[in-house]
Amino acid sequence: MLLEVRNVSRVFGAKTAVDRMSFTLDKPGFLGIIGRSGAGKSTFLRLVNRLTGASGGEIRFRGKNVLALRGAEMRAWQSQCAMIFQQFNLVPRMDVASNVLHGLLNRRSTLATMFSLWSDADIHRALEILDRLGIAEQAAKRAEALSGGQQQRVAIARALMQDPAIILADEPIASLDPMNAQIVMDSLRRIHDEDGRTVIANLHTLDTARRYCDRVIGMRDGRIVFDGRPDQLSAAVAREIYGANEHFSEAATSTSIDVLEPGDAELLPA
Amino acid sequence: MAYSIDEFHTDYTRHRARQLATFWTVAVLLLALTWATGQLAGFFRVTQLTLADGSRAEAWVLAAGLPRLGEYIEKTIPVLRVESIGADFAEWFWRWKTWARLLLETVLIGFLATFFGVTGGLLLSFTAARNLAPARWIFWATRRTLEIARTVPELVWALIFVFCFGVGPLAGVLAIAMHSTGALGKLYSEANENIDMRPVEGVKAAGGSWADQMRWGVLPQVIPNVISYTLLRFEINVRSSSIIGYVGAGGLGQELRTAISLQEYTNLSALFLIIFATVMVIDWASEKLRHRIIGLGKTA
Repeated sequence: MLLEVRNVSRVFGAKTAVDRMSFTLDKPGFLGIIGRSGAGKSTFLRLVNRLTGASGGEIRFRGKNVLALRGAEMRAWQSQCAMIFQQFNLVPRMDVASNVLHGLLNRRSTLATMFSLWSDADIHRALEILDRLGIAEQAAKRAEALSGGQQQRVAIARALMQDPAIILADEPIASLDPMNAQIVMDSLRRIHDEDGRTVIANLHTLDTARRYCDRVIGMRDGRIVFDGRPDQLSAAVAREIYGANEHFSEAATSTSIDVLEPGDAELLPA
Repeated sequence: MAYSIDEFHTDYTRHRARQLATFWTVAVLLLALTWATGQLAGFFRVTQLTLADGSRAEAWVLAAGLPRLGEYIEKTIPVLRVESIGADFAEWFWRWKTWARLLLETVLIGFLATFFGVTGGLLLSFTAARNLAPARWIFWATRRTLEIARTVPELVWALIFVFCFGVGPLAGVLAIAMHSTGALGKLYSEANENIDMRPVEGVKAAGGSWADQMRWGVLPQVIPNVISYTLLRFEINVRSSSIIGYVGAGGLGQELRTAISLQEYTNLSALFLIIFATVMVIDWASEKLRHRIIGLGKTA
């Protein structure tokens, strides 16, 4: 068993953000979590990465409960489940290569990380990863000078530098235009296909989930209301996830990413 | 119409009246407070003085004392004649060898104290920031430490350190460093509290330790502020180190003290000019440097 989520909850004061969530993942996959804002998608990913503490339950990765880890063991787990954020969360005033090398912070000595004493091999690997994502020529630029789509690819490069078993992507395309959204989603899919890494992505829209995921979990008010293959996402299921409002679920199901035809992405650097 | 012009007029008049009432209340309170504190400080005291013909008179203390300020300044003005200007200047700055050495000492005290102050203040500024402190009690403890370090005046620290380590510049360096740590730690920690937390979260999610988060998530964001505050502090510290010798902690201050207590008035004006010129030069240079750094931060 790769990942086992059992009765996980998170309560913020009077609000239950995640309510007894349970599901299992027996082999590496591309998992999408969909739902409205506030459904608990982000909180769940932050629980897995330990950015937020859980109020109850267990998350087992290869049998080990990661919610019980502390100190150095917890940081080692964090470096195994890389996180990608909606706002990229890069260090804006630093160059792209340094940002990518931050993926090694947990793997190198404190002395090396404090004074950024990276080995040539590390730097070489960072550049290789940037090259794989098609932005190697940006390596020396400041992160803040890049476009949103490029910054998100730097964030993916940082994640890959961690050599993670799982990549958690929290709304990775919500701040991007359709073309960049497609580049980013294609990159994530390719990383899954080629490296066999598990990707768990929070997505706003059904459509993106249908296109990229092997499996989709629908959340509403902190609970799982759907768990199945993307082709099982019917209009009725969408209403269940996004609410009864007809217009709202219509809007939620059709997305900006449709603007490009399938195959257009091959013309773009990925 | 739900809201007529008349209603508006009534509302507006009432609003104006409230504003005026607030203004006058505050004005009267401030005036009363100024009067009370002035009374306490002896501002309105009447004092006795002797007139030129030997008779005694009463006058307001400021009016009676102001001429004496002129008298004091007059005494510090040296005699400078056109025909012997070189010799007169030489006489005015007759101790220039000692003063030059002490001026160098003053600047060095200021520099070293700033160095220690920056190191201490920067290290403590992370745990003294509400959003970054790893635990509530650490936050509380560092905040109090910084407060104590900057509340105790430099002269008092100097007295304590002269007692511990003897007369000389070491005591001065430590005294000013102590005060700088407190003051800079406060300023730096406020800069830390205003940062964008997303990069910090990014580093944390990648498995970075608390130190990694500070080094890469926080420091790159606050470095322009840190440099700017540091340069400003250096100016202040050079000024402070020219006084600190008053209690035997090195620098020009000891000469100031001798000049004042032995009433060597022209020495006093010479020393004042030396300090003034030094501070002016540092002020000018650090402002240039600061603008360069801030300017660079914008364009790159």
